[in-house]
Amino acid sequence: MSVNLAAYATSSGEAFQFWVLGTVAVVGALCTILMRRAVHSALCLAGTMIILAVFYLANGAYFLGIVQIVVYTGAIMMLFLFVVMLVGVTAADSLKETIKGQRWWAVACGLGFGILLVAGIGNASLKEFAGLGAANSAHGGNVEGLAALIFTKYVFAFEITGALLITAAVGAMVLTHRERTERAATQRELAEQRVREGKHLPPLPAPGVYARHNAVDIAGLLPDGTPAELTVMQTLRKRGQIRDVSTEALADLKALEQRSEERLGRDRDEEEATR
Amino acid sequence: MNPVNYLYLAALLFTIGAAGVLIRRNAIVVFMCVELMLNACNLAFVTFSRMHGNLDGQIIAFFTMVVAAAEVVVGLAIIVSVFRARHSASVDDASLMKL
Amino acid sequence: MENLIALLIGAPLLGAAVLLLGGRRLDKAGHWIGTLLAAVSFVIGLALFADMLGRSADDRALHQRLYTWIPVEGFQADMAFQLDQLSMTFVLLISGVGTLIHVYSIGYMEHDERRRRFFGYLNLFVAAMLLLVLADNYLLLYFGWEGVGLASYLLIGFWQHKPTAATAAKKAFLVNRVGDMGLSIAIMIMFTTFGSFAFGPVLGATGETSEGKLTAIGLMLLLAACGKSAQVPLQSWLGDAMEGPTPVSALIHAATMVTAGVYLIVRSADIFNAAPDAQLVVTVVGAVTLLFGAIVGCAKDDIKKALAGSTMSQIGYMILAAGLGPIGYVFAIMHLVTHGFFKAGLFLGAGSVMHGMNDEVDMRKYGGLRKYMPVTFITFGLGYLAIIGFPGLSGFFSKDKIIEAAFAKGGTEGWILGAVTLLGAAITAYYMTRVMLMTFFGEKRWQPDADGNPPHPHESPKTMVIPMVLLAVGSVAAGAFFEFAGFVEWLEPVTGFAHGHSPLSATTVTTATVAVMVIGVGLAYVQYGRKPVPVVAPRGSLLTRAARRDLLQDDLNHAVFVRGGTHLTRSLVYVDHTLVDGVVNGTAASVGGLSGRLRKLQNGYARSYAVSMFGGTAVLIAATLLMRAV
Repeated sequence: MSVNLAAYATSSGEAFQFWVLGTVAVVGALCTILMRRAVHSALCLAGTMIILAVFYLANGAYFLGIVQIVVYTGAIMMLFLFVVMLVGVTAADSLKETIKGQRWWAVACGLGFGILLVAGIGNASLKEFAGLGAANSAHGGNVEGLAALIFTKYVFAFEITGALLITAAVGAMVLTHRERTERAATQRELAEQRVREGKHLPPLPAPGVYARHNAVDIAGLLPDGTPAELTVMQTLRKRGQIRDVSTEALADLKALEQRSEERLGRDRDEEEATR
Repeated sequence: MNPVNYLYLAALLFTIGAAGVLIRRNAIVVFMCVELMLNACNLAFVTFSRMHGNLDGQIIAFFTMVVAAAEVVVGLAIIVSVFRARHSASVDDASLMKL
Repeated sequence: MENLIALLIGAPLLGAAVLLLGGRRLDKAGHWIGTLLAAVSFVIGLALFADMLGRSADDRALHQRLYTWIPVEGFQADMAFQLDQLSMTFVLLISGVGTLIHVYSIGYMEHDERRRRFFGYLNLFVAAMLLLVLADNYLLLYFGWEGVGLASYLLIGFWQHKPTAATAAKKAFLVNRVGDMGLSIAIMIMFTTFGSFAFGPVLGATGETSEGKLTAIGLMLLLAACGKSAQVPLQSWLGDAMEGPTPVSALIHAATMVTAGVYLIVRSADIFNAAPDAQLVVTVVGAVTLLFGAIVGCAKDDIKKALAGSTMSQIGYMILAAGLGPIGYVFAIMHLVTHGFFKAGLFLGAGSVMHGMNDEVDMRKYGGLRKYMPVTFITFGLGYLAIIGFPGLSGFFSKDKIIEAAFAKGGTEGWILGAVTLLGAAITAYYMTRVMLMTFFGEKRWQPDADGNPPHPHESPKTMVIPMVLLAVGSVAAGAFFEFAGFVEWLEPVTGFAHGHSPLSATTVTTATVAVMVIGVGLAYVQYGRKPVPVVAPRGSLLTRAARRDLLQDDLNHAVFVRGGTHLTRSLVYVDHTLVDGVVNGTAASVGGLSGRLRKLQNGYARSYAVSMFGGTAVLIAATLLMRAV
């Protein structure tokens, strides 16, 4: 990935890289829009973005390539993942279309749009290209070249984007921040409230824990064998991720009872026989 | 190989992203698709930069990234607050623009 | 001296303004103010007349220009007056008879609480009529023409609480509009032809203009005259106009306004002289109306309507004379003036009779009134003798001259017109004798009025009697005065005059006229004097019944115009409903339907909107590429 290579010509190595990684990038993009779980989509998108970073590097945009990896893939995509976590990481979306004709229109428009873009690019006479060699070496390197442009020609835009970033940060805080309008209840007040309402006076019961595996998502069973959802933590309950084992447990219980019955019956028979 | 191929790839990724915006209902995924479109544009800019032999295209791509970062911050904040209010991240649920 | 002309109009106009705007506080003095200002106008007229007599015959016309009325480049209409011998004659007639009738109205309208308004309208009428005859251009004449139309409308409908009066006023106004349309078209043709409205340029340039255009102007002027003067075919309003108070009938619908058509034709003599076809039509209209009015007058039992028929007929004489050209103009005006006297007198007499008979108008319920209302009887009788052409009275001189001129027209036309005028004279004698006999002779056929009060006929108050007496004097003396004081020489500089060559000698015509008059009187006496008049009208012959219905004029108008108009409007309404509304409603419905469909696109889903944005972008790119490819 020498300077010359990115400057005046493309090597067959770059061509190979393009075809392999390009295919992967398209597959990643398709996966992004087709995966049912948002977290999978995010991961596919991150992969695509890393491939794009490689393409930036191949195109002589060394600074942007690194920024793409650090800022985009590293920061922005992680932000996405955080939000996905907040919203529910395992919740799968239904891909069934609810708006009539939406999918067909989307596909038709997409096809038409893509064909038009490709046709437009194909129409443009782009047989020759200048290469970045001269531009990158003018100031001693790609980063220096960019810096020279950013702090001279584009300095106003740069400052304005700075202002934009600050505004965005403040905006995000304003949007997500919830002002507390009253004093938080103390532990004592909470306890008194529980007594007043007359429910769950003791601490919440523990989930059904089995020796075989970690089972925080399995409800503990009440004496009659029915599962007590209260034993599962609130977050899992809200996401509907309680693993239902009640029938299994009930079956086990039934089998246990039957076995003890059999045992007791046999003992009785033996007693009678001895008499 | 001609760098024009990068442009074709950019066009393809952009179209895929647009289709994703139209098809998906999960606001976060829709947002990701928007990012995909932005990245496709960035790829085109970088390629143009190489073809024209000057760094202006890269500068534009750089600014796009900055703006995209700002946009993601605000957009995700909006998604979170909508999710808090409606317990759903579906863009169809927020169809309040109907008559 | 010419500065006084504006005052002629100004005095009654001031009266109208003061009386109509002054409000109730003028109620007590209103009639005196109105009468005084009309009299002022008459006195000014007399002064101008004296002044005019003092000058030579060719130098008698006066002009006064107040200001430029419509100051538009190439469209100059001046507020300017012209007072020549013809206008002078009218001024004296209008202001003189007008003043007398103002005086009469003081008594006649005594018990009407809207008397002040009545006098305001009368003054307005006098001002408009004077403007009509004093204008020095056709546009200003048109102003006065519309003014008298308005005053006539207001006065016919003065008792607007009576539906018949309100309807009659509307009818008069509408029919007059038809005629007015003719006048306005004539003025338009004049302007395009001569580039002016003023009498001087228009009438002076008739020599250089094609006969076709002059005929068109003449026919349009005739249409106007027909409307205003109640000539066939626009005669239908005059009979109903008798719904107005009797002084109005006397002043407007007998003596002055209805003669405006004659004035218009005589004033436009140069046009008609150069358009013989139009002239012929004028004589035909005159002849037809002459007989029409006379026949209607024979059948009517309502005294005022009988007199209205007579008015129509007498104006027919004038129009006929005006159509004869220079041999007739002077006699048309002469008959106009004498008619103004005797017909006003007759109407005032009729009003006096009605006044004494609880406002009864049916002559079959009169009878034997001569002993109870001697002055009315004598003045009415003198008017009667004048109108039938009794030798020595005014009608004799003027009508005899017209009959003579009709014969002098020459050829077959002359014989026909002469015969018609003679026949008309006979019928005039017949119906006037009928009116006379039914009203003042025979046995009493009085009926109690609607409230059950039997009538107590009595002589009218002095304010009513004096005008009647003065008009009777005029009826008796005017003809002889004109004959011997040189009326022909007086008017000749304005209207021109030519001696006709009658195939019959003047003596023969006069003898024939007197003879047919005697025949007419005799017939009427046989029918109405010798045997009692039935209170309820007999069924009568077909002609009588038709004549009672005004010779089916209203039925004809109804069938042709009302029904035709109704059908036209109905079909237009149908077209409007189906075609126009169809297009409009169809557009609205299709827009509505389309919007209903489009509304479904507005489903509130952001993704749907995104699809349309995306599609739009694709279209934009396609357009851009196409433009570049082209």
